[in-house]
Amino acid sequence: MLEVQQLTKRFGGLAAVRDIDVRFKAGQITAIIGPNGAGKTTFFNLISGFYRPSAGRILFDGIDVTGLRPDRVARLGIARTFQTTSLFDQASVLDNLIVGHKLRTRSGLWDVVFGTSRLKQDERRCRETAEAALEFVGLTRIAHRPAGGITQEERKRVAFALALATGPKLLLLDEPAGGINPDETHALAALIRKMAATGLTICLVEHKMSMIMRLADRILVLDHGEKIALGTPAEIQADPRVIEAYLGADYVAA
Amino acid sequence: MNRVLAPGGLVVALLFPLVVPNEYYLYVAALAFILAISATGLNLILGYTGQLNLAHAGFMAIGAYGVGILTVDYGLPFWPAFVAAGLIATAVGVLAGLVSLRLKTHFFAIFTLCVGLILSLVIEKWTALTHGTTGLIGMQPPGAIGPLRFDTTGAQYYLVLAFLVAALWLTRRIATSIVGRSFVAVRNSEALAQALGIDVFRTKLLAFALSAFYAGISGALYAGFVRFIGPDLASESHTFDLLAFILVGGIGTLGGPLIGAILLTILTQSLQFLQDYRMIVFGPLLILLVIFFPYGIVGFIRLRRARGHA
Repeated sequence: MLEVQQLTKRFGGLAAVRDIDVRFKAGQITAIIGPNGAGKTTFFNLISGFYRPSAGRILFDGIDVTGLRPDRVARLGIARTFQTTSLFDQASVLDNLIVGHKLRTRSGLWDVVFGTSRLKQDERRCRETAEAALEFVGLTRIAHRPAGGITQEERKRVAFALALATGPKLLLLDEPAGGINPDETHALAALIRKMAATGLTICLVEHKMSMIMRLADRILVLDHGEKIALGTPAEIQADPRVIEAYLGADYVAA
Repeated sequence: MNRVLAPGGLVVALLFPLVVPNEYYLYVAALAFILAISATGLNLILGYTGQLNLAHAGFMAIGAYGVGILTVDYGLPFWPAFVAAGLIATAVGVLAGLVSLRLKTHFFAIFTLCVGLILSLVIEKWTALTHGTTGLIGMQPPGAIGPLRFDTTGAQYYLVLAFLVAALWLTRRIATSIVGRSFVAVRNSEALAQALGIDVFRTKLLAFALSAFYAGISGALYAGFVRFIGPDLASESHTFDLLAFILVGGIGTLGGPLIGAILLTILTQSLQFLQDYRMIVFGPLLILLVIFFPYGIVGFIRLRRARGHA
C-alpha cells in the first residue's frame, strides 16, 4: 500500500535519510526504531509531506505522492500524530475533534453564510465522526471536559482520535508511548492493535522496545539515515548489526 | 452567557436613544459601534486564526475613502458606493493577504505593519484621488432605504446598530461552523492543521479577506456617519486602538471586541479633560490587563464561571 523507493533527504551536506527502500503491507504494524538522530522523524515528515524529498519516490496505493503538500497527503488517506499534540485547551475534547473530519467535507464560506443543508449535513457528519473516534479510543466519558485538563495518556488517545477522524488508510504514529507509564503503555499498545484490526495500516516510531517487540509485525531499523535492517521482531533481535547500532549487548543479555 | 447578555445588551442598545440627555452621547455610541465592527473583523484574523494583521486600519480607510471618493467626486448615491467600498476593501485584502501570508508569526506582523504604512502613504500622497492631507468632506449621510431615512443622528445610530448586530451574527455563525473551527485549528498549530488535511494558506487567506471585508464595511459606515475622513484613519495608531479593544474585551471571543470598544470609548470620553496625558492612565491599565486578564474581560468571566461550576 505504501512503497518508498530510494528515499533521500539532505539538509545541506548532511543526509538525514539516505536511499531507503521499504514497502508497508496493508493491515500490518510496522515499527521504525533506531538511535536518536537516525532519521526516524525525518522519514515520517517525508511520507506525510512536511519535507520534500531530495531524491526518491513515495507511492501510496499506486499514486505518486512525492513532494505533495501535507494537507493533500492527508486527504489521500495518510494521517499522522506528533510527539506532542497541541490542542485548544479552553475547548472541550469533542470540540477539538470535530475539525478532524473537515477534510472530507465540501462546505465553504457561502454554505456558512446561507446556512445550507449541505453545511448542516457536513457538520453532523463531522460531529458523528468525532464521537465515533472518541468512543473507539475509549474517551467518551471525557468528551465534554476541557482539553487542557486531561492526562498525558488521554492526550495521546485524543491524538489517535484526531488522526482517525480524518478517515485514513495509513496511520503514522510518532512516539505514541512517549512520556506515559508502563501500565498506560500496555493499554495504548492494545489500542494500536485494535486499530490495525480494523484494517488500518500502522507505522510507528517508538523507543520502548518491550512494547515494539510485542506489537510490531515488522521492524525497520535506521541508523545514520540508512536502513540497516528490516524484519520480524525475532529477526531484528538476532541481527548483529542492530545489536551493535542500537539494542546493545545489554539488551540481548536481558 | 450569550443567552442572557446578548438579548439584554440589544434591548439596552435599542432603548439607549430614548434615555440619553443629548445627541452627543448617541454620536459617541454609534462611533464605538462602527469601530466595534472593524475590531470584530480584526478578531477573525487575529483572535480566531492567530495572525496579527497590523494593516487593519488601512482596510478600514479603503472602505471609508471608497465611499468618500465615489459619492463626492463621482456623484454616486451612498448605497452603491457602500457596496463597492466593501468589495474594494475585500479585493485589496485578498491581494495583500496573498503576499503577506507567505510569512509567519512576527514576520507577518511586521510585514503587515509595512502594508498599513504603504496604504496610509498612498492615501496621503495620491492627492489627485484622495485629496491628500486635506481629507474628504461633503459626504452625504446614508440615503433612505424605502421609508427609512438616515438624516438624523438617532436614525444613523439605529442603522449602525443594525450593521453591528449583522456583523456579530455573521461572526458567530462563522466561528461556530467547521470553517471557523479550521481557523482555530490553524491558530492552535499549523502543523497539526495540515496533518488534518486543512489547507493552511487558503484558510488564512479566507480569514484575512473576511477581516478586510468587515474593515471595509466599517470604514464605509464611518464615512457616511462622521462625514469627514483624513489619511490618519489608516495610521497604525488606529490599528493599535482596535487591537486594544480586542485585548481589553477578550481575544478570540465573539463579544470581546464590542465590549472593549464600548469600555475604552467610555474611558476615553471620561478622561477627555486630561487630553494627551490620558495615555498615562491607558498605558499602565493595558499592561495590568494583559498581565492579569490575558483573555480580557470575557475570558475573565468565563474563567470565573468555570471555577464556579467546578
